[in-house]
Amino acid sequence: MKRVGKPAFFIVALLILSLTCLAFMGVSNYYGDNRNVYVKGAQDIRWGIDIRGGVEAVFMPDIDIESITDEHMDAAKEIIETRLVNQNITDSEVYADNKNKQIIVRFPWKSEETDFDPAAAVQELGETALLTFCEGTTQETVILQGAQDIESAAPGVDPDTGAYVVQLKLTGEGKSKFAEATTRLNKQIISIWMDKQMISQPTVNTPITDGQAIITGMADAEEAKALANKINAGSLPFALTVDDSKMQVVSPTLGAEALNVMLLAGCIAFGLICILMIAKYRLPGVIACIGLVGQVGGMIACISGFFPQIPSFTMTIPGIAGIILSIGMGVDANVITSERIKEEFAKGKTIDGAIDSGYQTAFSAILDGNITNVLVAIVLMGAFGTPDNIFAKLLSPIMQFFSSSITGAIYSFGFTLLIGVVFNFIMGVGACRLMLKGISKFKGLRKPSFYGGAKNA
Amino acid sequence: MRKTQIHFVENLKKYLIVSIALIVVGVVIAVIFGVNMDINFKGGTRFTYTYSGEINLDEVQSLAGEKLGKQVTVAESTDIAGTSSKLIITLVGDQSVTAETQQALTDGLAEAYPDNAVKLGDSNTVSPTIARSFFAKSLFAVALAGLLVVIYVGLRFRKIGGISAGLMALVALVHDCLLAFVTCVIFRLQIDANFMAVILTIFGYSLNNTIVIYDRVRENKRLHANMKVAELVNNSVNETMGRSLFTTVTTFIAVVTVAIVAEVCGMTTLRSFAIPMAVGLVAGCYSSMCLSGPLWVRWIWHKEKHPKKKKTSKK
Repeated sequence: MKRVGKPAFFIVALLILSLTCLAFMGVSNYYGDNRNVYVKGAQDIRWGIDIRGGVEAVFMPDIDIESITDEHMDAAKEIIETRLVNQNITDSEVYADNKNKQIIVRFPWKSEETDFDPAAAVQELGETALLTFCEGTTQETVILQGAQDIESAAPGVDPDTGAYVVQLKLTGEGKSKFAEATTRLNKQIISIWMDKQMISQPTVNTPITDGQAIITGMADAEEAKALANKINAGSLPFALTVDDSKMQVVSPTLGAEALNVMLLAGCIAFGLICILMIAKYRLPGVIACIGLVGQVGGMIACISGFFPQIPSFTMTIPGIAGIILSIGMGVDANVITSERIKEEFAKGKTIDGAIDSGYQTAFSAILDGNITNVLVAIVLMGAFGTPDNIFAKLLSPIMQFFSSSITGAIYSFGFTLLIGVVFNFIMGVGACRLMLKGISKFKGLRKPSFYGGAKNA
Repeated sequence: MRKTQIHFVENLKKYLIVSIALIVVGVVIAVIFGVNMDINFKGGTRFTYTYSGEINLDEVQSLAGEKLGKQVTVAESTDIAGTSSKLIITLVGDQSVTAETQQALTDGLAEAYPDNAVKLGDSNTVSPTIARSFFAKSLFAVALAGLLVVIYVGLRFRKIGGISAGLMALVALVHDCLLAFVTCVIFRLQIDANFMAVILTIFGYSLNNTIVIYDRVRENKRLHANMKVAELVNNSVNETMGRSLFTTVTTFIAVVTVAIVAEVCGMTTLRSFAIPMAVGLVAGCYSSMCLSGPLWVRWIWHKEKHPKKKKTSKK
């Protein structure tokens, strides 16, 4: 970082401002009523149920959990996902916690429905699923039904053709019923239903008499697995209840109101911070504000799914607290540096010397302060995230004694804090230094008083 | 260059008295009046229904008690605009109810008061087992984070005693979290998920404050190898005071702004977030300057007097 020319300021500032604008606005156009999103902006942020309203429920099996296998849990998760889609709820999160035999479901309030009844929806989600095999493509004549006829289903590969299939195993009663039906309906369709939804409609190739059926026509291993899970779900030996666990409903009116107030408050607070920074630290203060704008923009980008590599993230109130903390840390990085530059001036250094050694001496404090916060963020993401995230796996040896978390809210605090710290380094340390060095090359801006130094140094 | 020099190390006793007094007052209030724990931490059920017009609360209470099969309390609240009122039905004790029962209650209320447009707003039911598990996990996560921080400080600040410095930083953190808790108790705020977010934020801020001061101690130790430890800490705290105060003032103003805007807009949900946060920020600044450094000096003094008890600190 020896030679930084005047253009550095403009290049970096322009990059930051354009990235921030893009992150806030996104790129989208309207084709009729459809909005096509090319780059996701702030309005595409998914808000958690504590902000926009919605339902969070934890389902548990209504029988002794000792006898429940991981396959049962996969099947139960499949039931809930299918039913959510049936209820037109597509923006949901469903997690299965195999260790504690719980299923955590979160879904937002449906904005288009005013009389949406969340309690009824949750009740419906947990009911025992009824799987039926029916004649033709209607549910009029039932051939096989639920656990009494179907023992299990598993995805597999046909040894002759190499195609993906689902292998069915029937009970004694199911075997005789199915033998009769497939003989009668050879070369015709037998449809498979979960509750009132058709999930598959295979054609009978040959009569099946040994109670071992194969469903062909699967496109890939995924499809075979999904269908097997659904069939298993229908023959699940238990119902899911939200008994004795947790269910939370948050009304959306509170959410929308909260969101606007938070936005307004955030803008005013940010403006105040900028005024204070500029009043106290002059030129470094101005630079710090540009850096902070970039930090906010960068964080919004990571949350909204602006970068294709980083999936969009559900924002909650603790998530906003994480943003506040990391902006505070960003302000602090700039304060530490600006104070150091002042001190260096007091020692009689030149402008370039003061800026250089100011950033150098400030760095260790900024580094240690931020790294300790990263530690906190990682612990939180591990403890309160979904069981399959990398931090949770890291902490699983110690965290296995606790049941999987139902409060994704705390996870989002860890997430926003972590990305905040990353941008703190990129913006507060890297970009601000480049900008300050660049702008300090201008003749008119070479008075130490602009940097908090003594007037006549 | 130094204008005013505050003798932080020498004044430790005064600071300790102030801090301990505040915490004791808070704990006494908590014991006498109880702590307003959210059902997420202790289990229980709460429903909020919106309605228009007039509803007899006693009738609702008996109806809800009958539908839920449990004893309930009913309260009402009207929002600032006055357009709709809210019924808050709380189950006595820490019981949770099933989705079916919730449904029955909602249907029952809608049937009994067809003209009042009764609608379910918020509902939250948590079983005591899950709530306790969540509470334990929260505590454990914070403790684990604290442990990692002590280890990190121990490694990065080996030159100034490492682990002992980390432990003193932790004392400051616990102090700040306790004060945030005391604030909630005094203002009768609920200890809920927001409070967890506040504790974590204060944890971060206070830690950062302490680290910045330790960083200066580390640097001064390098520059003035023979300086007495008390002088070292006093100088470092005084030198970093400008930044400590300014950062705290800035963030404090930001949080207070958020709180004021929220209050003006009639959004009271943020109250349990903003008030303890603002107090915690001040506490974090205070404890970093007045407690962690001076306490660490006492620790070093203690070790110098009793060198046999423990391994002497590396110099």
